[in-house]
Amino acid sequence: MPNMEAEFDRSLFQPLNEEQKERNLMVRPSLTYWQDAWQRFRRHKPALIAMLVLLLIFLGAIFIPAISRYDYDQQIRTARNQFPSWEHLFGTDKLGRDLFIRVVYGARISLSIGFVASLINLTIGVLYGGISGYIGGRVDNIMMRIVDVLYSIPLLLYVILLKVVFQDYIDEAFKNTALASLKSLGPELILIYVVLGSVYWVGMARMVRGQVLSIKNNEYVLAARASGASGPRIILRHLVPNAIGQIIVTVTMSIPSAIFTESFLSFIGIGVSAPMASWGSLASDAYKGLASYPYLLLFPALAISVTVLAFNIMGDGLRDALDPRMRR
Amino acid sequence: MIPSNGDRQVLLEVRNLRKYFPVRKGWGRHGQLKAVDDVSFSIFKGETLGLVGESGCGKTTVGRTIVRLYRPTGGQVLINGTDIAGMTQRQLKPFRRTMQIIFQDPYASLNPRMTVGDIVGEPLDIHGLAKGTARQRMIYDLLESVGLSEEHASRYPHEFSGGQRQRIGIARSLALHPDLIICDEPISALDVSIQAQVINLLDDLQREKGLTYLFIAHDLSMVQHISHRIGVMYLGCLVEVAGSRRLYHKPLHPYTQALLSAIPIPDPDASAQSRRIILEGDVPTPIDPPPGCPFCSRCPYVMDICRKERPPMLESEPDHFVACHLVNGPAAAGEPGSAS
Repeated sequence: MPNMEAEFDRSLFQPLNEEQKERNLMVRPSLTYWQDAWQRFRRHKPALIAMLVLLLIFLGAIFIPAISRYDYDQQIRTARNQFPSWEHLFGTDKLGRDLFIRVVYGARISLSIGFVASLINLTIGVLYGGISGYIGGRVDNIMMRIVDVLYSIPLLLYVILLKVVFQDYIDEAFKNTALASLKSLGPELILIYVVLGSVYWVGMARMVRGQVLSIKNNEYVLAARASGASGPRIILRHLVPNAIGQIIVTVTMSIPSAIFTESFLSFIGIGVSAPMASWGSLASDAYKGLASYPYLLLFPALAISVTVLAFNIMGDGLRDALDPRMRR
Repeated sequence: MIPSNGDRQVLLEVRNLRKYFPVRKGWGRHGQLKAVDDVSFSIFKGETLGLVGESGCGKTTVGRTIVRLYRPTGGQVLINGTDIAGMTQRQLKPFRRTMQIIFQDPYASLNPRMTVGDIVGEPLDIHGLAKGTARQRMIYDLLESVGLSEEHASRYPHEFSGGQRQRIGIARSLALHPDLIICDEPISALDVSIQAQVINLLDDLQREKGLTYLFIAHDLSMVQHISHRIGVMYLGCLVEVAGSRRLYHKPLHPYTQALLSAIPIPDPDASAQSRRIILEGDVPTPIDPPPGCPFCSRCPYVMDICRKERPPMLESEPDHFVACHLVNGPAAAGEPGSAS
C-alpha cells in the first residue's frame, strides 16, 4: 500500500479554546413550518395587501350593519335614485334604499358562501380524498368514479334541477323547523348552499387524494407503520400535516369561485330573494337602469372584483409561502 | 464477535418466504411480479447477515416483508420461534418492539413536519412506553447514543445533514429496544466519508446492545466489512449463503463469482491481473418467470436440468449453502470456478 500520510506542519494546527468552540455551534434559530411560511408570505407584498383588504371587508361585513343609520330593506321615499354623497356613500336605488348598506349585506352573503364552501372543502373534501387515497385499490377506484360523475354535471343545470325537485321541501322546512329563523336569507340562498355543498368538494377531494397517494409511500410513513402506528395516527400525524399547505391553498383558491358562482346565480335570478341583497342581485337590478344610474352597477361589481381578486392574490401568495419547493 | 457454532441461538428464521405483487399487463390481463420467491434463511442472535444483490433483486422486499410492511404471499417468518407472517396488525403490535427498520434515504425517512424529538419519540408514544419528563429523558439518551445532543431534539429534519439524519433514523429504530434491526441500504445515500461513520456507529451499537442486523446493501466491500455471514440474492431468490470470509474467498455459485469479480480493487497491478466475469444479457423480468434456476438465462455453465428444475438450497460444505445444480447435482464433477 502507498503511504497515504502527507507531511504537514504541526504548528498550523492548534486546539480550539472554549470561546471558539461556542462559535462553531448552530446559531440560526430553529423555525417551525408556520414561522418559515409566514416569513415568506410577508415578503410577498401584493398578497399581504390582499389579506388586509379581505380583513377590512370581513370586519366591515360584521360590524357596519350594527352602526349604520339605514337598514338593507329600509326605503327612504324622499331620497330615490340619489347620486353618491356623504349622506349615502354609494347613492340610493329607485326604491330609496341606501346602496352602501346593501353592498355591505351583500358582502355578508358572499363571505358566508365562501365560508360554507371552505367548510365543505375541509370536511367532506379532505376526508373523502384522504380515505380514498389512503385505502387505495378498489375503494379508491369507486370513490373517484363518483367524483368524476359529480364533476361532469354542469352547475347551472344542476341548480335548476335541484330547485325544481327540492323547492317544496325547502319551503316546507322553512315554515316548520328551526330554519324559520333564517327566513330573511330566503329559500333560494339555502339552495345555493346545498348546491355548493354537494359539488364544491370534488376538486379538493381529488387534490387531497393525489397528495395522500404521493405521501403515503414515503419512508417516514413506512417507519411509523413499522413501529405499529394505527391508520388514524398515520393520517393525522403524517399525511394531513404534510398536505396542509396544499389544502389551505386549495381552500383559498376555491372561495372566489364559490363567491362568483353565487353572484352569477343571483344575477340570473336564482339567488337570494328580495329584499335581501347580494352582489349578484344588486348588479342584476342595476343593469336595468344602467344608462341613467351607472353607479348602481359600479359599486356591487367593484365589490365582487375586489374580493375575488384579493382572494386569488392571497391564494397565490399562500401557495408560494406554503409550498416547500418554492423555498429559496 | 461471531457467535461460535455451539451456542448459536436463532433469532429470526425465514422459511420459504414469497412476496408476489400483482401487475397489470393491460386490458384486464394480470400477471405476478415475483419480488421474493421462496427465500429461506436464519439469523443468529448477535450476528450480522448481509444481503447483497443487484437492483431489483428483491433485497428490500425481503426486509420490508420481514417487518411486515408487506403481507407475505406465502411462507413463514419466525421471530424467536413465533410465526408472524399471517398475523393481523393488532396481533403484530407486541412483535413490532423486537424488530425495527432503518431506511435508505435519510431525506425521505423523517417527517419534515415533526421535530427530531417527536420523530425519535413516536415509537415510545405508539407503545405507550413513557410520558412527560421520562419520555424526554429517553429521547435525549437515544440521541446521545447515536452521537447527537439534547439541543437537536427541538429542531426539524431539514436543519440536519444526511449523515445526521441517518443517525436520527437509527435513534428512532433503537427507541423500542429491538433485538433485530433491518438495515435497508442505510449507507448507500451517504457520502463515502460519512458512510464509514455510520457503519462504525452501527458496529458500536451492536457491541453495546447485542443487536442483530439484517444488513441489505449493494456495496460489496462494505457488506464484507460489517457482516458475519452474507446471503446473495438474484431475481427474488437466494442463491448462496456463507460466512463472509468464506464467500469472498471461495464463492461456489456462478452468479456470486461474477458479482464478486466486479468489486473494484484499489491496486492497479492486482486489478490488471484479476479476471472479470462479464455476464451476457440482462436480468430477466421477474414477472411470471419461467421454471428452473433463476440464473439459467445468463449462467455460463448452464445445463439442461437448470432450465427445468429449480435447484434446492443445500449445505454443500459446512455452513456454506448454495442453490446450484452444478455444485450440488450429480453433474457436479468439478467446481465451476475451475471449469474454464
